[in-house]
Amino acid sequence: MTANDSSPHHLQLTRDGQLRHFLTLDGLDRALLTDILDTADSFIEVGERTIKKVPLLRGRTVVNLFFESSTRTRSTFELAAKRLSADVLNLDISTSATSKGESLSDTLLNLEAMASDMFVVRHSQSGAPHFIAESVTPGVAIINAGDGRHAHPTQAMLDMLTIRQHKGRFEGLKVAIVGDVLHSRVARSQIRALNELGAEEVRVIAPGTLLPKDVESLGCTVEYDMTRGMKDLDVVIMLRLQKERMEGALLPSEREFYRLYGLNQQKLALAHPECIVMHPGPINRGVEIESAVADGPQSVILNQVTNGIAIRMAVMSMAMGGQVSERQQKLSERGQA
Amino acid sequence: MTALLDIDQLLDQMETGLRQALEQRGVQSPVLIGIRTGGVWLADVLSKRLGIEEPFGELDISFYRDDFSRIGLNPRVKPSSLPFDTEGRDIILIDDVIMSGRTIRAAMNEIFDYGRPASIILATLIDLGARELPIQPDVAGKTMALESHQRVKLRGPDPLRIELQEAGQ
Amino acid sequence: MSSVNTSGTSLKITGGRLFDGQGPEQQNTALLIRDGRIAAMGEAAARAQADETISAENAVITPGFVDLCCNLREPGNGQKGNIASETLAAAHGGFTTVCASPETSPVNDSSAVTHLIRDGAASRSPIRVLPIGAITRGLEGDLLSDMAGLASAGCVAVGNGSRGVRNARILRRCMAYAQTFGLTVMFSPENQALAADGYAHDGLVTSRLGLLGIPEVAETAAVMEMLLLAEETGVRLHLSQLSCGRSVEMLAEARRRGIAVTADVAMHQLVFTEEALAGFDSRFHVRPPLRGEGDRKGLIAGVRDGVIDAIVSQHQPHDTAAKQAPMAATEPGLSSIESVLSLGLELVEMNELALPDLIRALTNGPASALGRTARLAEGEIADVCVFDPDAFWTPNSKTLVSAGRHAPVTDRELPGVVRLTLSEGRKAWPKPAI
Repeated sequence: MTANDSSPHHLQLTRDGQLRHFLTLDGLDRALLTDILDTADSFIEVGERTIKKVPLLRGRTVVNLFFESSTRTRSTFELAAKRLSADVLNLDISTSATSKGESLSDTLLNLEAMASDMFVVRHSQSGAPHFIAESVTPGVAIINAGDGRHAHPTQAMLDMLTIRQHKGRFEGLKVAIVGDVLHSRVARSQIRALNELGAEEVRVIAPGTLLPKDVESLGCTVEYDMTRGMKDLDVVIMLRLQKERMEGALLPSEREFYRLYGLNQQKLALAHPECIVMHPGPINRGVEIESAVADGPQSVILNQVTNGIAIRMAVMSMAMGGQVSERQQKLSERGQA
Repeated sequence: MTALLDIDQLLDQMETGLRQALEQRGVQSPVLIGIRTGGVWLADVLSKRLGIEEPFGELDISFYRDDFSRIGLNPRVKPSSLPFDTEGRDIILIDDVIMSGRTIRAAMNEIFDYGRPASIILATLIDLGARELPIQPDVAGKTMALESHQRVKLRGPDPLRIELQEAGQ
Repeated sequence: MSSVNTSGTSLKITGGRLFDGQGPEQQNTALLIRDGRIAAMGEAAARAQADETISAENAVITPGFVDLCCNLREPGNGQKGNIASETLAAAHGGFTTVCASPETSPVNDSSAVTHLIRDGAASRSPIRVLPIGAITRGLEGDLLSDMAGLASAGCVAVGNGSRGVRNARILRRCMAYAQTFGLTVMFSPENQALAADGYAHDGLVTSRLGLLGIPEVAETAAVMEMLLLAEETGVRLHLSQLSCGRSVEMLAEARRRGIAVTADVAMHQLVFTEEALAGFDSRFHVRPPLRGEGDRKGLIAGVRDGVIDAIVSQHQPHDTAAKQAPMAATEPGLSSIESVLSLGLELVEMNELALPDLIRALTNGPASALGRTARLAEGEIADVCVFDPDAFWTPNSKTLVSAGRHAPVTDRELPGVVRLTLSEGRKAWPKPAI
């Protein structure tokens, strides 16, 4: 027996299957993920114009609601919203309301008064954007900019865009994700996206302490030995390692981690010669990746930034579009009734 | 019920009209921009007919439509592609059918985001009247009016043909 | 107890199917209740005159249910419920005896708090309330509480509520001290170091949703430790709120070795799994967490085989705000006491549990763990539940009596409507009109 059904994909899709929130890649099918990538392609072209701005979200208000500060991610969302002609408000709540004991529900009540059309949410707790999507007034789109260990769907989709640009396809690709999968929201979203888009194999390479329980159930194989894991790879994605992992007895030292799971030229040479190297950033050189690799010809780390803006423009305009068309639908139904 | 209009006759008309318009304005080296999807097919044909060697542009106006707040984003949006600098150029903007004029408004807004053109000549295959904005084509292959239950659609790209559809089909 | 004094009057219940809490089903001819006791059964009762006669046709008659784990939230700030609201909810669920968890505010670690609870129950509860004392001061797990004092104030056992014990040495001394006075210790087994910051079963759903997991071994390691310490100290141990199939196996093995241990499981552990958290449904944030399907099956088998003696409600009413947040920020627990019977009847319907086993685990099983009885027999105290297994109700804000609205099921009908709850012969449910 299961509980009342409120799985995320019902929450983030309209009845006719359009995006209305963007919380997780769970429940989004290949067609929709491909639509996002295609739409992002169009926005990349917009970014190459003299005026890098389209009027899609003109007059709408996007609130960047960052309960966990991240200047980099917030900036790309801000730029994306501005290129869609939206008005943007940045709220860094990590230091203000919640630390004074105000609950998330109360914070939201205060924000409702601002009559925003979209919240871009980053939160340290898994499921927070989902909770917000369930709580806010209908018509407000929620975009997940990273929640706890759960999901970072825009980051994963921009990685998919980068892979598609370089490989032209997902079928037949062998992709490895290396490092701290346990704490990584990015890895969870990437594994899900790669599976849905048809990658042949997703491998996670990490020591047992940095893997979630039953990780294979997410749709990946596990390899403890990076030398073996690099074999035949088309794409290798390096994850960021937080310093505090040494404290919880998850790892002995950065040095040992780098020796075993850091990416250097010797290890990269074991992969397919055209293997691309990715990293969601910010990079810890000499901890996850050697500078010669990060700056080398196979690295596509910088491409990922341009793609980030385009992907965020795509999901913001698609989710807003889903919200407005749903609202029109309801209005016309009410008119007929 | 589908009635076919003679496409070649209409294209002849457009070509003649465009040559006249270019001559009147003294335009030496125009560039073509077609609006997706029908306008792109027409731009392809007309660039050959007019002997314009410079590749034509393709415009997807999805990001500029004024009905986003009613229908949302077109999921089939493709990147626009203008393989030339529009700044100071004479542009021939081509669409298959003009009616309300809203598509052309969106297209011109988009073109201006690439730069400031010297001039724009608007050419459409069919002008159905029923304008909602003060925008008129300089050249039209045919001007006609439809009954409320009729729709006209350009099919292509090879061969190009025009379908007149009766509603309910 | 109830303000409506009916002692001296007599009540006759005729017809229906009768389970005496131990044996098989019997056809009920009549049950005569007088002066708070079962005065007569069968033909003798049928012939007797009574002030009131109630027909139990199509209904099931059982001893009143006994809950070993219930939070009445009193003393407390009142926002989450109080003795009056939660004992009435219990009566609505068919319960006539509830053990009050020591996790109150302040914690029930002194005879003063115990008296407060007992006084509150005496004036405002329609059913029997048995306080459980805190085994350590403030439930902090560091210092022994005044266990002898708690026992003489009326605590029927001492326990740790739903908090883990982080120190085996303290645990051993708790047991040795409780054993001195013949007190039963009720422990919810959780190794705090292994549970750490977790709040969901460390399994498939946790991996997918990126929740912080509590591994099964956080419970099983604690169960093993407690069983060994109980064996060594000779204390009467009751393991409270099990969640793992493996725990049931260890429990059965300990029983075979003759260790005096009993155990319970919360009803929701028999019905739901980790999948209930899909979609971040904070309502199902419970502790111990809902685990995998294998565990659920193992727990059900434990109840069926009698290895697990009792099914409990683990009733934890909350104010709405406590459950309105991202899962990690919510408080654990369901408002469950009114749904226990109904969820159990669904298990019966799906052939996962037999009706007599369900009733045993709600009556004589838990009563025995406390050294009490819950039986329908002549001379016994008249704690009786009459319910219609084929009638339906939908838990929602209109039908629920508890201050907590977060019942496990709120969007559909459930089988099993309690028609009558008698506590010592007095009507506890339906709420008597004043």
